[in-house]
Amino acid sequence: MSGPGGARKAAGKLLHVSVLVFFTGALAFPFFWMLIAAFKQNIDLYTVENNPFKFNLPPTLDHVQFLFTQTRFVRWLGNTALVGAIVVAITLAVAVPAAYSLARLTGRWGERLGIAIFLTYLIPPTLLFIPLSRVVALLGLQDSIFSVVLVYPSMTIPFSIWLLMGFFKSIPKELEDAAMVDGLTRFGAFLKMVVPISVSGILTVVIFSFTLVTQEFVYALTFISPEANQMVGVGVPIFLVRGDVYYWGSLMAACLIASLPIGFVYNLFLDRFIAGFTVGSVK
Amino acid sequence: MAVTPGKPASSGASRSPILGAVMFAPSVLFIVLLIGVPFCLAVLYAFSDARIGSSGLHFVGLENFRSILQSPSFRKALRNSIVFTLCAQAIVIVCSNVLSIALEKPFRGRGLVRFLILLPWVAPVSLGTIGWKWILDSIYSVITWVLVAFHFVKPYSAPMWLGEPHLAMASVILVHCWRLIPFSTVIMLAGRSAISKEIPEAAAIDGAGFWRTTFQINLPMMAPILSVAVLFGIIFTFTDMTVVYILTAGGPFDSTQTLPSLAFATGIAGSDLAAGAAISLFLVPVLVLVAYLMLRVAHRAEVV
Repeated sequence: MSGPGGARKAAGKLLHVSVLVFFTGALAFPFFWMLIAAFKQNIDLYTVENNPFKFNLPPTLDHVQFLFTQTRFVRWLGNTALVGAIVVAITLAVAVPAAYSLARLTGRWGERLGIAIFLTYLIPPTLLFIPLSRVVALLGLQDSIFSVVLVYPSMTIPFSIWLLMGFFKSIPKELEDAAMVDGLTRFGAFLKMVVPISVSGILTVVIFSFTLVTQEFVYALTFISPEANQMVGVGVPIFLVRGDVYYWGSLMAACLIASLPIGFVYNLFLDRFIAGFTVGSVK
Repeated sequence: MAVTPGKPASSGASRSPILGAVMFAPSVLFIVLLIGVPFCLAVLYAFSDARIGSSGLHFVGLENFRSILQSPSFRKALRNSIVFTLCAQAIVIVCSNVLSIALEKPFRGRGLVRFLILLPWVAPVSLGTIGWKWILDSIYSVITWVLVAFHFVKPYSAPMWLGEPHLAMASVILVHCWRLIPFSTVIMLAGRSAISKEIPEAAAIDGAGFWRTTFQINLPMMAPILSVAVLFGIIFTFTDMTVVYILTAGGPFDSTQTLPSLAFATGIAGSDLAAGAAISLFLVPVLVLVAYLMLRVAHRAEVV
């Protein structure tokens, strides 16, 4: 009995490992490939006969240096960080109070409003970018990073309210009641009691909003044309290509440098986002 | 229901309804001004002759829709959007199911594996897609190099991954799958960890085999979470413009054009706001359907 049983177990383990290796390899491959291209000399990169998997010539820092000195990459990173910070601030200022008021509004209306807010998150930029381009132009924000500062909160606020609402609902009402007995107003109780113990929920919203700013493409592409005012997600794929010339080495270095930190931070908070995405279908 | 809506028995907000409204109002303002108003404008434009650079607006009735429906580019875009979404979802469901089973049990290095697997989803999509553009390059593609090395294709007559209509379509689908598999996998992982472990175990004791446990017990129990993953996947693929825009810009010969990318090409690049708005309105039926199904899933989950 132990013979075939052991063989079966070994086969199962082999299958398990090969599934993991296959998917990890396939999903991470583009990033591995960016890493290779970012440090290869151009002659090595552009010789078709060379084995692309190894460094046929010594690695070089030329592409990274070019990226930081000859392009607007640093400026784009700065723009993105600035827009991200402002959007996070706006999102928090709007979503935290709204989520609290929804969480405490019990009964059918609270639930319905909450779900309506969640559904607005499903409305994609590709539905609204055409009318918004005119709104942005009318407001005189065209080509300015403030065009996206204005528009991005409409994407971050709905999902943030949804996330925070679940969070606030788990805080017992007695906490505020006790604080109000002690003489605080309801708003005071919210600020001094509820907000401090909700730090981790608020942090989740910060990360969600910031990464959404870095990932958005359609609005930034539509509203902003000058090279200096680009966000990193548009600047790298559109403006690092000059005419038809692709600076592949620098391009790949830029993708990697911008992707990894964002990916790392997002990964830390992923489980919470997923809990929000699953709309209560996971208990 | 005994409780009248708007007058919940004894909740916090009812004791200070004005405060509740004041705290809620800014978010409503944002949503109305930046989602509601633009949506109405989109509908308005679709029935007008709005163009970039001209401020006048005349109503032209169904003229835009008539000319759109007659254009071959639009029909291709509509077909492609549907084909891309369906193919990508089919592949994503199968792969993410397999992957979530493999990731379920703890093993050494799981944290690192999870990070690597998640990268396509968490990294900015435009940057990941540029990575694929290099992998699928017409001359320096690594895939071509491997195929040549194993003598599957002859050098210098290598396939143009993004230059031939069918290959370009396959490439777009591939990149969509690459991006969505991680997302779908983590949703299914969340679902797996939440469903009861006892029922499948009891079934196994009663003699149900692997396939029977999978199809008659695990899959039905996973149904709500599976639908959430699929519904999000549909929205992310059907309304996406970034992958197509960067990878092929809709080419060659509109063979990878989708509704969003055509709306951009017509409305922004081509300055015809009216036609662009009309094209993007074709996304609405799918969005409404997905929203409806999402509500049903959420509703059923709460009843259980």
